[in-house]
This record gives sequence, C-alpha cells and structure tokens, in this order.
Amino acid sequence: MMEVQDLSFSYRCGREILRDISFSAPTGSCLAVLGNNGAGKSTLLKCFSHLLRPRSGRVLVDGEDLVAMSFAQAARTVALVSQSAQPSRLTVYDAVLLGRRPYLKWDFTAADRSLAEEALSALGLEEMALRYVDQLSGGEQQKVQLARALVQQPRVLLLDEPTSSLDLRGQYEVLSLVKRLCRERDITAVVVIHDLNLALRFCDRFLLLHGGTVYAHGDASVVSPRAIREVYGMEAAVRQVDGVPMVVPALA
Amino acid sequence: MEVPHSAGTGVAYRRYLRRKWLVLAVLAVLLAASCIASAYAGSSGISPLEILRSLFGGGTEQSRTILWNVRTPRIATGVGVGFALAMTGCVMQSVLRNPLASASTLGVSQGASFGAAAAIVFLGAGVQTASGSGGAVSVTDPGLVTLCAFLGGVATTAVILLLSRIGGASPSTIVLSGVAVSSLFTGATALVQYFADDVTVSSVVYWTFGSLGRAGWDQIGLIFFLCLGAFLYFFLNRWNYNALESGSAAAKSLGVHVDALTLVSLVVCALVTAVSVAFVGCINFIGLLSPHMVRRFVGNDYRFLLPCSALAGAVLMLWADIASRVVIPPTVLPIGAITSFLGAPVFLYILFQGGRRP
Repeated sequence: MMEVQDLSFSYRCGREILRDISFSAPTGSCLAVLGNNGAGKSTLLKCFSHLLRPRSGRVLVDGEDLVAMSFAQAARTVALVSQSAQPSRLTVYDAVLLGRRPYLKWDFTAADRSLAEEALSALGLEEMALRYVDQLSGGEQQKVQLARALVQQPRVLLLDEPTSSLDLRGQYEVLSLVKRLCRERDITAVVVIHDLNLALRFCDRFLLLHGGTVYAHGDASVVSPRAIREVYGMEAAVRQVDGVPMVVPALA
Repeated sequence: MEVPHSAGTGVAYRRYLRRKWLVLAVLAVLLAASCIASAYAGSSGISPLEILRSLFGGGTEQSRTILWNVRTPRIATGVGVGFALAMTGCVMQSVLRNPLASASTLGVSQGASFGAAAAIVFLGAGVQTASGSGGAVSVTDPGLVTLCAFLGGVATTAVILLLSRIGGASPSTIVLSGVAVSSLFTGATALVQYFADDVTVSSVVYWTFGSLGRAGWDQIGLIFFLCLGAFLYFFLNRWNYNALESGSAAAKSLGVHVDALTLVSLVVCALVTAVSVAFVGCINFIGLLSPHMVRRFVGNDYRFLLPCSALAGAVLMLWADIASRVVIPPTVLPIGAITSFLGAPVFLYILFQGGRRP
C-alpha cells in the first residue's frame, strides 16, 4: 500500500511545482500518472525516489515514511526506471546486477547473481547479457533498466515513460510484464505515461495532474472527455473497444 | 540438448570474468618484467645475470650497492607513484564524469607542486645537498612539505568541484578551468622561486621537473601505505563507481550517496597526489593515460578498471623512467618531460573525440 499525504514541492526560491498531492495506491496495483507537459509528473516521481526532497508532506509505503529513509533503505523500497539514464560501458549482466547494490555487503553473492539471471531471462535479455549497454538500442536499454529495477526487489516500482523508446510490440510486452510482476510480487507500480490508451489498457488506478495539483484520482472513469478537455485542452471521445476504453481525439 | 537459459547466462558470465582476470594477470606479469628491466637498465653496465645474483645476495659489493641503494628505491618509487597517479586518474574520471580528468590535467598536481615549493622556500622544509646528480634538494621535513602540497591540491580540487557543480559545466569547460588553475599555480610557483635565493631556486627548478631518484625509504613507505589505504577505499566503492556510470540520478536511486562519494573520493585523490608530488615532483599524464589504455580491455567496470589502471600506471612509470635513463646516457632526463611526450597526443586524441568516454 502506497499512501501520499499532502505532498508539496518547490525549487529553492522558485514557484511551487507540486501542491498538496494526496492519493493512495493499493499493493499490486498499477497507477498511471497522467497530465499535460509540465504538470509535474516527473517531479512527482523524483520526490518518490529520493532525487528531490519534498518541501512538506509524507510518502508512506506500507506505513513507513519514504522521505525519512536513508538512501540505501529507500533504494530497497523504491526502484526507478528513468528516461534520463546514460548508457554505460558495462555489460548488460553487470548493469542488471547493480540492482542488488542496495543490498551489497562486500561483494555480490550467488543469490544476487541468480536474481539477475532470472530478470535477464524474464525480459528476454539473455542473448545480449555480455554486450555493453551503450551498444544496445534505446528500447533494449529501457528493458535493461527495468530488469535492474526488478532485481532491486522494491515494494514500489516507479516508471518514467517506460515505453517511450519501444516499438508497438515492445510496449505491450513490457507493460504486460510489469502488470503481471506487480500482481505476483505485490509491487505497486507508478507509471508516468503519455499514451492514454496504453494507460487505460494496462493500469487500474489513474492520477490526473493539472498545474501541479491533483485534478482527479480513481479508476478508469477518471479519464473522461471533460477531464481531457480541461487538462489537455482538447476535445476527445472515450469509446469502448472490446471492453477496453479508448480515447479518440477529435480532429480540429 | 536444451540448456536452461539462466544457467547458460551464468556460465557465459563466469567465462567473461575469467577473461578480465586474465587481463589483470598479464598486467601483473608485465609489471614484474618491467621491474627487472628497470633494475638492469642504466649507465653502470651491470649484466642481467649480475643483477639476478645480487638480488639473491651474491654478486660483487659494487653491484649489490647499486642494486639495493640506487635501483631498488627507484623502482619502488616508480611503482608506488605510478600506482597512485593512475588510480586517482581513474577515480577522478568516474566521479567528475569526465574522460579528460586526472591530477595533472585538472591542475591538482600543479597546486600540490606549488604548496610543496612554498614549503621548501618559505618554510625551510628542504635543504640543498651537495651529493647526488645536479644538486637535488633533500626534503628535511617531509611532513610539512606533504601537508603544504596537500593543501595546494585540495584547494585546486575545491575549485574544480565548485566549477563542475555550478552552471552545469561541460567536460571541456572543466578541463579548460583546469588549464587556467594549473597555469595560475605554475605562475605562483615561479613567483616563489623569484623571491628565493639562488641555491634554493636551482633545487626547486630541478625538483619541479620530477624525478624518481629522490625519495628515500621512509617516503616510499609512506607512499605505499597511503596507496594501499586509498586503493582499499576506492575498491570498496567499485560498485558505486559502476552505478555512477549511468549518471548520478541513477546512482542515487540505487542507494549511492553520490555527493559524499564524490567529495571523499576527490579528497583522497588530492591526498595521494599531493604525497606523490611532494616526493617525486610533477609527473604529468600518467593518471590520464593508464585508465584509457586498459578501458579497451575491461570497459568501465571499476572492479577491473581500478586495479588494471593502477598496474598499467606502474608499468608506464617504470618504462618512462627507463627511457629517461637510456636515451642520452649517462644523463638522466627529467621523467616529467618523457610522460608529457607520451600523454599530450593522447590528451588531444580524447579531446577531439568530443570528450566522449571511449
């Protein structure tokens, strides 16, 4: 269970980026964070992953306050798949093994290595396990990051645009996998995603941000024509296709 | 036969690790061979056989004296300083996220050099000795010289760190600031010399060229002790440096205390550099060259990059020293000049690659 209470954030002597954000996401659920560009979605993820310190408010994961945790403790609780990671000249195997860094004593153990191998296999990265990460395509690098995040064995998985470099098949593969793993391993996923239809397809909770505050929070009904008009400033219809809601933007 | 996938990956990975260990082993053998070559090379004309005999207590009185009093301290100094400079270069390149970083390219060596010169000239920490080639300066108070060198090195590090933090300085900007800082310190060192008396000037000038022949066993012991401590610290953080390879945000989200790691690493680098500079003078480019030489073979995996760079640095230093002694015998050329001839082209090569990490 992840619970965010009255979270606010502003850069030093800057305007407020996030204001009084409150929501909760049950364990094993997949929460989509939606909103227009500049609504504060990425900032919100950074506040959850210790990269930024919220000015006020609490982030509770199973009752423990994330903001008060040490770096290592936070890294055992929350894993981040970011957009901005630089490709490194490490083998894919080692890059994934790094996910065990928050648990590291002197050196990685056989158990750590078998977790890494399991994640490599789950994401179909075995073939490229010994290639350097900076030689992979953008989509493959995103999968490496996801594998590393899984190896961290977090309770909350933060994904910042996890499908931005993936092709159609990759998008569906990765999101299905995230959804399945979250259910199996009791991980709460928080996904920042631009593609509303992918979000509607794979997520079960929705947080709509607008201007740094929560516009709406709840199930798929949050994504309504009215919400799309007010948040994104454009007309769209929401239709049911094979039981899944789909956003169909109206052409101007 | 169908091998389970994960088991296959594990086996392949272990094979891959064995190849990296092989690189390390080759470098260790190379270092041992370089030590022997260095013991042989020189102007005294002792045969390799004689060297080997003296090593095990045989040989003539003269050859034993040369081996143990002249050659061995020189080799030990070379190994220690090469190790120190290469290791710090490797770590600076990691924490500053900059392929051109090293003690000499960022001006840390020059800062330390200024501190040491000031200690010798103003604080009377060194005296001119009549013996030895060219009138070397003996450091009478190694503690004071090291302390002043350390202060100079730390001051430079602070400037570099500040510049790398504010304004999002690019790798080339940081190196250019390094150029500015090092010329500032070179100028300051010149001023120090200007106000010193003739005897001290000649010794400080000689000293700023760099030479492996000056350090005594006490100083060699200190270098090795510090190197060992620093290496231990760096090696304990090897996975943190690996995490930094994906950027500082990624490292933080993996639980690495990036700011503390950067700060402590740079201070340790400044200390190790300062001690080397205080005892052997300014020897440029070893810290830049060695990590780049071994990166080709081990990638940016600091588990292997750190020890391999350190060994490569020691090997480079020994060969630079051998070259300095055999090019125009019996004259011993300043070793700093030799390493600069090696390093400058590599520096330009990396610069024109656009500062990318290879």
